[in-house]
Amino acid sequence: MGKLKTQSLQKRDSDLAKSNKQLDILSNGIFANGELPTFKNKISETNQFPLKAKKLEILQINVGYMCNQVCEHCHVDAGPDRKEIMTRETMQQILDVIKTTRAHTLDLTGGAPEMNPHFRWFVEEASKVGVKDFIVRSNLTIIRANKKYYDLPDFFKKYNIHVVSSMPHWTRGKTDKQRGEGVFDMSIKALQELNERGYGMPGSHLKLDLVYNPNGAYLPGDQATMEKDFKKALMEDFGINFHSLFAITNLPIARFLDYLIASENYEDYMYALVEAYNPAAVENVMCTNTLSVSWDGYLFDCDFNQMLELPVNSKSKHISEYQEELLEGRNIVISQHCYGCTAGAGSSCQGVVA
Amino acid sequence: MSKTYYDPADLRKFGKISEWNPELGDKFFDYYGKVFEEGALTAREKSLIALAVAHTEQCPYCIDAYTKDGLQRGITKEEMMEALHVGAAIKSGATLVHGVQMMNKVNKLEM
Repeated sequence: MGKLKTQSLQKRDSDLAKSNKQLDILSNGIFANGELPTFKNKISETNQFPLKAKKLEILQINVGYMCNQVCEHCHVDAGPDRKEIMTRETMQQILDVIKTTRAHTLDLTGGAPEMNPHFRWFVEEASKVGVKDFIVRSNLTIIRANKKYYDLPDFFKKYNIHVVSSMPHWTRGKTDKQRGEGVFDMSIKALQELNERGYGMPGSHLKLDLVYNPNGAYLPGDQATMEKDFKKALMEDFGINFHSLFAITNLPIARFLDYLIASENYEDYMYALVEAYNPAAVENVMCTNTLSVSWDGYLFDCDFNQMLELPVNSKSKHISEYQEELLEGRNIVISQHCYGCTAGAGSSCQGVVA
Repeated sequence: MSKTYYDPADLRKFGKISEWNPELGDKFFDYYGKVFEEGALTAREKSLIALAVAHTEQCPYCIDAYTKDGLQRGITKEEMMEALHVGAAIKSGATLVHGVQMMNKVNKLEM
């Protein structure tokens, strides 16, 4: 693998920045010539097509694609050069929805959600409404990136935010290779600061979970074993505590798709996903209980469909015209990237599903 | 016919071995699966043993499979290389220890 890129695919004018180009790749080649079954055909074998949304549990809000990092595997194609940022007006529309939704979890993601200028206001306002589980997906380094973010651990604590952080490995080498030089040391420092506030400590109500995703063209190992290994290593080497580890599969989208193709791993990776297909994971796949809202207020079955610009199959397509009863029971929009969520024990933003 | 003896894509076809003798093939894969389950040794330790043996047996399919398996388990490249050196040390030791036989023979034959 070469040096980490410092610009998004969009900034580099890459063809793969376009969602239709990505969908073309995922629909053609080995899936068009019959070598591998399409996701639709695969789930049809077990009578699971069409995949339908169940009761809404998680509202996942992508507050913008701007990020202080340019991770090699990023399915959002996020980076400092991305300008898509959720406005306060859209956030207000979301707050109105939160007041009536049956969802128990609010999950803020990005980019680095903390870089949205209205982030703190939104957290304060959403907290007033009363959310049972309020997640912020933090890349950790943002906490150390600039003085204006140094107080984030205190801010998170004040609003009882459930912090979910990326940590690809317990070693410096593997982490920096995926996320950029210096990321490991900054992440360790941020985790220690969160621990100092009580985050991730045994028995603490201040939840700190880590997200592991593989550092290349292979699937994640057993989540429970990985969690044990991470806990042992981070405690022994740095005295760090955390609660749970979520093992997430990299989906063949955006920069990870670009990497798979450039490294000539695409076909092998798709074979690995299809071979690991698990019908039991389809039952609980994330899109059946989650709704994803984009920075500009549009609704999607998941963050991946958002990046592929595959909108929900419902009359309620935008947060301004949100009708939960129309969204529940909708047919989920699928393509071959969905194999990423049904491989092995399955994969979701909350880790395994089967 | 392929012009090379080894094709990486053939690894995916390993399971087809059972097609020409399902009874023995299935017994083999059952045994194989059981061996790699967590036991007195962890699955992680077994993966490293498999990687070292894959090299001493010089099986390209096994090397591909257990390198990937190791990465999936979070095994570092340093751990993988150390495991290989164990295999290499035993392999070279096994060569050298036969030197005793050579020495015995020389001592017996020479006046």
